[in-house]
Amino acid sequence: MIKLEGINKTFDDGYEALKDINLHCNSGEITVLIGPSGCGKTTTMKLINRLINQSEGKIYFDGEDISDINPVELRRSVGYVIQHVGLFPHMTIEKNIGVVPKLLKWEDDRIKTRVNELLNMVGLDPETYRQRYPSELSGGQQQRIGVIRALAAEPPIILMDEPFSALDPISREQLQDELVRLQKNIQKTIVFVTHDMDEALKIADQIVLMKDGVIVQQGTPEEILRYPANDFVEDFIGQKRLKQVQDIPTVGEVMNEKPVTISPTRGLAEAMKVMENKRVDTLIVVDNDNQLTGYITVYDVTQAFDNVDQHVKDIMHTFQHTINADMLLSNAIRMMNNLQTPYLPVVKDDGSLVGVLTRGSIVGYIGTAYPSVKEAVVN
Amino acid sequence: MDSLASFFNYIIDNWLLLLTLTWEHIAMVILGLSLALLIGIPLGVLSAKNEKLAPVILATVNIIQVFPSIALLGILMIFFGLGFKTVVVGLFLYSLLPIVRNTYVGLREVNGNINQAGTGLGMNAFQLLFKVQLPLSAPFLLAGVRVAAVIAVAVATLAPFIGGEGLGRSILDGINSRQPVKIYSGAVISALLAIIADLTLGRAQKKITIK
Ligand SMILES: Nc1ncnc2c1ncn2[C@@H]1O[C@H](COP(=O)(O)OP(=O)(O)OP(=O)(O)O)[C@@H](O)[C@H]1O
Ligand SMILES: [Mg+2]
Repeated sequence: MIKLEGINKTFDDGYEALKDINLHCNSGEITVLIGPSGCGKTTTMKLINRLINQSEGKIYFDGEDISDINPVELRRSVGYVIQHVGLFPHMTIEKNIGVVPKLLKWEDDRIKTRVNELLNMVGLDPETYRQRYPSELSGGQQQRIGVIRALAAEPPIILMDEPFSALDPISREQLQDELVRLQKNIQKTIVFVTHDMDEALKIADQIVLMKDGVIVQQGTPEEILRYPANDFVEDFIGQKRLKQVQDIPTVGEVMNEKPVTISPTRGLAEAMKVMENKRVDTLIVVDNDNQLTGYITVYDVTQAFDNVDQHVKDIMHTFQHTINADMLLSNAIRMMNNLQTPYLPVVKDDGSLVGVLTRGSIVGYIGTAYPSVKEAVVN
Repeated sequence: MDSLASFFNYIIDNWLLLLTLTWEHIAMVILGLSLALLIGIPLGVLSAKNEKLAPVILATVNIIQVFPSIALLGILMIFFGLGFKTVVVGLFLYSLLPIVRNTYVGLREVNGNINQAGTGLGMNAFQLLFKVQLPLSAPFLLAGVRVAAVIAVAVATLAPFIGGEGLGRSILDGINSRQPVKIYSGAVISALLAIIADLTLGRAQKKITIK
């Protein structure tokens, strides 16, 4: 985790670029810094890898004050994609990508394998591009090299300063998708700077909106879209996007708030009776503190029914996926569709159950939201 | 036509002597230049890294450069006596300015983003200098060597005045014995040397310049 605490940065010429910045970038998450030109995004990045030093405040990596870490060592463990690509013009693509592994004294074979792997990852054929010089690549290709150069030595923290700005919309989306997909596996702590709100919304776990050296708002994409802190944020998001979001309900508005539940210590006969009474084929299991613990199906109960010693907890399955009540319904539907699941439990951050989103509840909502649908169904 | 024929005849008859003189000439130039590289590059690096020292260093090498060559060689003679060594030191001093200045300018010209990328990726100051900054300023440095080489070839013809040898010997002998062919052959060969140095270094410079 990266933590910035009370950061102020005043440049030598007296310009106050950052004022009282407090920021947590969670491990394994993508934190996106966004804001108008000159608001201090790059300055914030440079503080994190000690290219410049703050005038006041502290920065911690996992609780360790980074001013106690040797800056050269620190930077080798922090991948950095600089704003203007900054490839070394006198080195081949292969050498450029291998710079940090080489500094870390990796063996040549290992570097070569890694370089090929990375080139393939961004869709550049190693045979074609390995021996070229940066000037022999297009701007977008150079930018890809800048990105994979930062990933080369698998640093736990990666700083990316407008890494996709020179790409055409299609390759940009491809690389965004690739980043999101990759991040699922590699779980790096990424700080990502962009000007592009769509990009931020797409990849961010957390968005940090900055203006004139202060943080105006930070939160999940969901929170920012739903509860913009002020006019500046609204303007930055754009009316079109706001409208889109505000028309889409959240899971909380649609879910069934009274799912049929059972305690893990109950017997199977009792479970069967609850299913019969409520006419459901699945029961959600919650403990006495209303913590979601799993589910049982009617199939499980009939299979194990003859065994008197068995309780709900013995035949229970756990959930692989849960959702939050403030998730957009559209996202939840997409998720249900991808997972091919008929329902998803809705929990709070502390893991307690607040409801269940089922296909039935979605259809019910659509019925109320679109009267014409209801009529069509009635006819 | 007559003089041209006698010029060629002289060269053919005395090729061994001229070859020896040419070789001595080249040796003095290469030694002087090497010394200048050895001392000049670090001075250039120092100027580029230290803003306070830069004007002092650059002004000093500038002053050396504007000294008339005969005068400079004369002064050196007082310290080093007559001979080869004195010539080499003189050539070294004359080559210093282009090398120091071009190293300095070359390092200064390296794009700030590139430096920042190097530092940001975890190079220390030495690695940045040797892996990035010096390689990138190599075309400038080579341009400096090219200028220095041409100057050194010319200045080296004055060597016989302070007890050195080289093609200047042929010229000086020619003047003393009123034999123009000796003057011509010494002058023409040293001019050829200067042209060859200029061309080959120019080609090398083009080759390492990044498109
Ligand atoms: N070395 C410096 N000395 C003085 N002022 C600086 C320096 N570096 C940056 N600034 C100023 O600090 C402010 C923030 O700069 P920064 O580069 O962080 O902006 P940014 O948010 O990254 O902008 P952009 O989106 O254009 O890249 C700017 O007003 C800039 O002029
Ligand atoms: Mg910036």
